[in-house]
Amino acid sequence: MSKTNNSESSCCNPVEWFESRFPILSWMEHQKEYPAPRNLNYWWNFGSIAGICLVVQIITGIVLAMHYTPHVSMAFDSVEHIMRDVNYGWLLRYVHANGASMFFLVVYIHIFRGLYYGSYKAPREVLWWLGIVILLLMMATAFMGYVLPWGQMSFWGATVITNLFSAFPVVGEHIVSWLWGGFSVDNPTLNRFFSLHFLLPFVIFAVVFLHLWALHTHGSNNPLGIDAKGSQDKIPFHPYYTIKDYFGFGVFFMLFSYFVFFAPNYLGHPDNYTPANPMVTPPHIVPEWYFLPFYAILRAIPDKLGGVLMMFASILVLFVLPWLDSCKVRSGAFRPTFKWFFALFVLVCIGLGVMGGKSPDGCYGSGADACTYNGQGENITLLTNLFIARGLTAYYFAYFLVILPLLGKYEKTLPLPKSIGEPVLKKKA
Amino acid sequence: MNATSTPSNDNRPADETRRDFLVLTAQAMAGIGAAACVWPLVDQMNPSADVLALSSTEVDLSPIQEGQEIKVVWRGKPVFIRHRTAKEIEEAKEVRLDDLRDPQPDSARVKEGHEQWLVMVGVCTHLGCVPLGGNKGDFDGWFCPCHGSHYDTSGRIRKGPAPKNLLVPDYVFLDDNRIRIG
Repeated sequence: MSKTNNSESSCCNPVEWFESRFPILSWMEHQKEYPAPRNLNYWWNFGSIAGICLVVQIITGIVLAMHYTPHVSMAFDSVEHIMRDVNYGWLLRYVHANGASMFFLVVYIHIFRGLYYGSYKAPREVLWWLGIVILLLMMATAFMGYVLPWGQMSFWGATVITNLFSAFPVVGEHIVSWLWGGFSVDNPTLNRFFSLHFLLPFVIFAVVFLHLWALHTHGSNNPLGIDAKGSQDKIPFHPYYTIKDYFGFGVFFMLFSYFVFFAPNYLGHPDNYTPANPMVTPPHIVPEWYFLPFYAILRAIPDKLGGVLMMFASILVLFVLPWLDSCKVRSGAFRPTFKWFFALFVLVCIGLGVMGGKSPDGCYGSGADACTYNGQGENITLLTNLFIARGLTAYYFAYFLVILPLLGKYEKTLPLPKSIGEPVLKKKA
Repeated sequence: MNATSTPSNDNRPADETRRDFLVLTAQAMAGIGAAACVWPLVDQMNPSADVLALSSTEVDLSPIQEGQEIKVVWRGKPVFIRHRTAKEIEEAKEVRLDDLRDPQPDSARVKEGHEQWLVMVGVCTHLGCVPLGGNKGDFDGWFCPCHGSHYDTSGRIRKGPAPKNLLVPDYVFLDDNRIRIG
């Protein structure tokens, strides 16, 4: 009875008429009023900044695809055509290329925030998993995107990365030739990478939607890592956090613009402005900066299959992190010992990035050629990049597999505040 | 759920068993059908007929002087053809097989009576870079700049991350100065 009344009463109001048939307006209202912890700090801005990065990449990517030709004999020239002839083509391409770097920078900070404040702990494990899935999809997308300009780094990067799969026994070679569509990286490879590079961002978009769904199920974590006790601990997302997010966008776009307008090729590699040549490998192959830590782990292991497995494991270990970290306290702010191990972990990740960019035969601090392959390296093994990379790799895995499981048992955590509101109000007084 | 239920019972259990069976087989059939539909989508990524057709190449060796090396393209990959010097052949033969990661005598990597010709796919067995030739590396052969693998004068892996010797492709001597690869 009441239902009929409702539809009758909403017959003349178009908004209500629409809402009763498709309740998207009330859903949007929920997003606006979504109660968020009142104490979120600026580290919580990076999720929304990552979102805007994805939007920028999709928009610039779609328009770039209008001018790009995915064929081995035309791809390089079509990118130059975009740079020189297409109206604002230089801007679109530089935004897209630097946008990828910015996206990874923001997402890495977002991940480190989660690691410090224990955002992966119950009840947010699935939210954390979905985030790792997004990271993996981003890596695949970025890798395939980097192949499209068909420069020397594109070609050899594609060769090295696809060859990772040849490390697997028996099926390895078949997987590689299946990925290539031939006996080497060639036109079929370029074509399929273009197709997938176009598709994957939309898959990422879908998983981001799931990530937000999972987020809204239990709400955001916060710098204190304690659950909200009631409405006094929360404020509506709009206008408080929308305005804070917009402020974050502004600061972020200043950094982004600096790279686009003043150092557009700083994060790239000059070899990629040389057309791909299957007969000559550049003397020093490096991936983009955001893959360097993983590349360092790959090279640190002396065995081919072992290196590949460790590289994949370095990300997959994140999936089981919620169960490796035995500490019940979420936030690092109340874990005096954890803080130091975490700080060291961040430095180790940066260190792995630095090592990934150096020649494995070189010596740290003495220039790339000081102990290269002429045999001198063996005299001063303690200083080789390889040795340092191995130490850093050991700490990377020890952090997850040894330190976090043990810390929860032996660390004496600081007392937690009673509510989110309490310390906020105290600070003000 | 017992198919041999007695006729005195009402026949619902027998019916349900039959219905379960039909549903199960129909679903299994649909599953097999769906899997069969996936195969063309997977297999389309494998090398196509025109790629497979371009799989052999002929090379004239007469212009290559002793100590020289040329690169030819075969299946989109470089193939090194080296006219080895007597010293290089000697070095390759002297190596003890116990010292090798992928043990193979030099004689297994060249054609009998043509020991001076070394023909190999110029792709590092680590991650597919093209090694640098011309007596490079610690073993007078090839050196891969990407991740530091060293190969000797027979193209065998001696040091670094690569697991295998440089691959010797299938090839035949058509006469003393011509080979066909593939």
